[in-house]
Amino acid sequence: MSSISSAPPLGPAVARPLSLPRWLARLRPGVILAGLVIAFFAVAVIVPSLLAADNPLSINLAATLQAPSLHHILGTDASGRDLYSRVIYGARQSVLIGLGATALSMAIAIALGGLAGLAGGFVDAIINRGIEVLFAFPVLLLALLFVAVFGPSATTEIIAVGLGTAPGYARMIRGQVLAVRDSGYVESARALGHPYHRIVRRHIFPNAMRPLVVIMTLGVAQSIVWAAGLAFLGLGVPPPASEWGALLDAGRDFVTQAWWLEVMPGLAIVLLALSITTIGRYIQQQLEGGIAR
Amino acid sequence: MSIHHSPGAGDLLRVENLRVSFGDHEHQRSVVKGVSFSLAPGKCLAIVGESGSGKSVTARTLVGLTGGRSHVWADRLEFDGRGLLGLSDRQWRAIRGKDIGFILQDALVSLDQLRPVGKEIEEALRLHGWGTRASRHERAVELLELVGVPEPEVRARQRPYELSGGLRQRALIASALSLDPKLVIADEPTTALDVTVQAQVLDQLEATKRRGKALILISHDLAVVSRLADTVAVMSDGEILEYGPARELFNRPKHEYTQALIDAIPSAESRGARLSPVSRRVALGQSKPFQRSATPVLQAEQLTKRFRGPDGVHRTVVDEVSFTLEQGETLGIVGESGSGKTTTARLALALAEPDGGEVRLAGERWTGLPERGRRERRRQITVVYQDPLSSFDPRWSVEQVLLDSLSRDEHPSAPRRRARIRELLELVGLEQEHLTRRPLQLSGGQRQRVAIARALGPEPRVIVCDEPVSALDVSIQAQVLDLLSDLQSELGVSYLFISHDLGVIHHISDRVLVMSEGKVVEHGSADDVLIRPQHPYTQSLVASLPALERPAAAEYTPAPVPAPRSKPAIPVPVA
Repeated sequence: MSSISSAPPLGPAVARPLSLPRWLARLRPGVILAGLVIAFFAVAVIVPSLLAADNPLSINLAATLQAPSLHHILGTDASGRDLYSRVIYGARQSVLIGLGATALSMAIAIALGGLAGLAGGFVDAIINRGIEVLFAFPVLLLALLFVAVFGPSATTEIIAVGLGTAPGYARMIRGQVLAVRDSGYVESARALGHPYHRIVRRHIFPNAMRPLVVIMTLGVAQSIVWAAGLAFLGLGVPPPASEWGALLDAGRDFVTQAWWLEVMPGLAIVLLALSITTIGRYIQQQLEGGIAR
Repeated sequence: MSIHHSPGAGDLLRVENLRVSFGDHEHQRSVVKGVSFSLAPGKCLAIVGESGSGKSVTARTLVGLTGGRSHVWADRLEFDGRGLLGLSDRQWRAIRGKDIGFILQDALVSLDQLRPVGKEIEEALRLHGWGTRASRHERAVELLELVGVPEPEVRARQRPYELSGGLRQRALIASALSLDPKLVIADEPTTALDVTVQAQVLDQLEATKRRGKALILISHDLAVVSRLADTVAVMSDGEILEYGPARELFNRPKHEYTQALIDAIPSAESRGARLSPVSRRVALGQSKPFQRSATPVLQAEQLTKRFRGPDGVHRTVVDEVSFTLEQGETLGIVGESGSGKTTTARLALALAEPDGGEVRLAGERWTGLPERGRRERRRQITVVYQDPLSSFDPRWSVEQVLLDSLSRDEHPSAPRRRARIRELLELVGLEQEHLTRRPLQLSGGQRQRVAIARALGPEPRVIVCDEPVSALDVSIQAQVLDLLSDLQSELGVSYLFISHDLGVIHHISDRVLVMSEGKVVEHGSADDVLIRPQHPYTQSLVASLPALERPAAAEYTPAPVPAPRSKPAIPVPVA
């Protein structure tokens, strides 16, 4: 129905600034909720003491394995430490691992995918085969291998998850670069006599990266889950740190007596990952409704 | 405003005061504003208009496909004695295909990619409970044969992507005709097709009409319409501006819009004349016209280009093509899709390297050099594409696009560059306010103007125009063609003008090159080639071209016979 969807020729600008009430009205409740959850954990990352009064490391052997109550809203662990405080204080490490791993995998992916897409031919073939070999291993297995060799710590966890998720992104970036490289505007720039490095810098790179902003957001959530998974297997940050995966790992032994030790940190992971994903999807929709092409 | 008429007694379809709007209560947008027409069996009504005129929506209303957010009202909407207003989806499905067939513009998207076309037709039959499995297959093959598909048994087993555009479109027609509907609606059925294929498809529609079917043809192309239509409705902005017998309407248009539409058609007769009523006067500013020189600006000798197909076989796409382009002239390259026109353009732009032969730009070597040796001289030859939107970086504003085209050496200071951009805008008839827009926010004609401004930015001697007006409405096409002519006479720039449209080529070109399967089959002055074609291929091209002729309902002439290229006797205003 071309005559319906075609915009009026001299219509108002697409990116017209919206007045705040209408802009807010257009947000779905789920998106608002996700935003609030992210804001809450952002505070937990930056100033955890603002949200949790108790010291996450203070042991109270008089109050071990207490169920959630008004005093300890998420209960206490086997050493009597307040679980709520531990979750809040653990957010920093979990989120930093998520961000770090995503940044690392993006850096690797941009280098490999960009090179493969731009160079083409032989280089492309080599990088592609390499990516396919990495693809053949499950992410967790790659990460396990890496942690097993270098020993568990936050840094190795970042590197392990970053390496594990990089091949997927690399392939995506390669596809983007290929699409942009053969686009009309790149050919136009060539026809105008612009040098190749300028075309790469001004057209190929920014346009190939555009859809990745959203994917990166989703990647952060995924990396947090991966990191928690590694920690659960005992390959994460060593105790007494309260990284979420480590909390899950520690609670495993008491799962029959104290369900909250497993459920509460798990809930934190799910809540944050879900919220980030929701926001990511929302941004994606907004971009596609706007100028995504 | 609607034009009322008295419907005849034997009308199959009666539409009175049809109104369609879209959107919710707050943002109602009227798309069809009171349209009335009627249609008898064996007759063809053509609804003509430019994009956004509401012609497609009108057609869709008749098959109940206007979509969920639409509102349809009418004083009367009757087909075959029953009302079509307020039907449920289920009731529409019973009518669609069975009583009213609908043919869409693009067969490639309208047909299921993964289903053989024969099955597609059988499915339409099955949905309406027609026959048995075996008889349905038989009928599908029969239908394909009916619409002129060669080897229908073989084609029925093929999937849409295995068929050519013309065969696909005919398969779609076959599927629309499968249940022998009384009314067939065709929405731009030939717009994406080459002229020779278009002629075949029009033949099929004509045959359908002669079998006593009523036909509604939606088109922007007056020449196509004039071949089939008994009655024509000219639509603009949701209203019928003029409605009447085709012959009368084309010969003595009453409404000035109809007149303008007819005037806007480029053809042999319009050569050297303006197509659009808009006049212009610009100051040339920093741009200075080129002096005539003895050396041709662009010369191609024995150009050959091969590509390796997915099957590993090398195919020669451009085969020993030679031409010269003099300063200030236009060389038209015409041919059907796949004839190697665009590859020739890319070779001329040195965006692809020829496998044989060479191109010389202003007498100097142009191909066979490292890119470094060309870069400085690239400003002498620029390009305008068919789809300007994809040739702009989607993140950039018009200003950035134009700035990018300017040489830093010639326009070293920012104020100087801004002044130059203002000039370019004026040259192509755009306003200062367009600078901050993104190309996506401009209309098709404005986008093409931006593309032309960008091509002018480096002050080129040659502009390669690759189907620059093919995606535009007639009136916008007329404006862009006029703009190109004006720029040529003011600046002395040369055009290598590529198009599949013989009318456009004849209108704008001094000399013409006809390409087929990579080879130049004929070349010479525009009049020689297109009025007195020597080569059989050119002859068939010219013969296939539906000319805007006085329709004679009684006579039916099959496609291969050359149609007289006559135009209604309307004085063409000369600028």
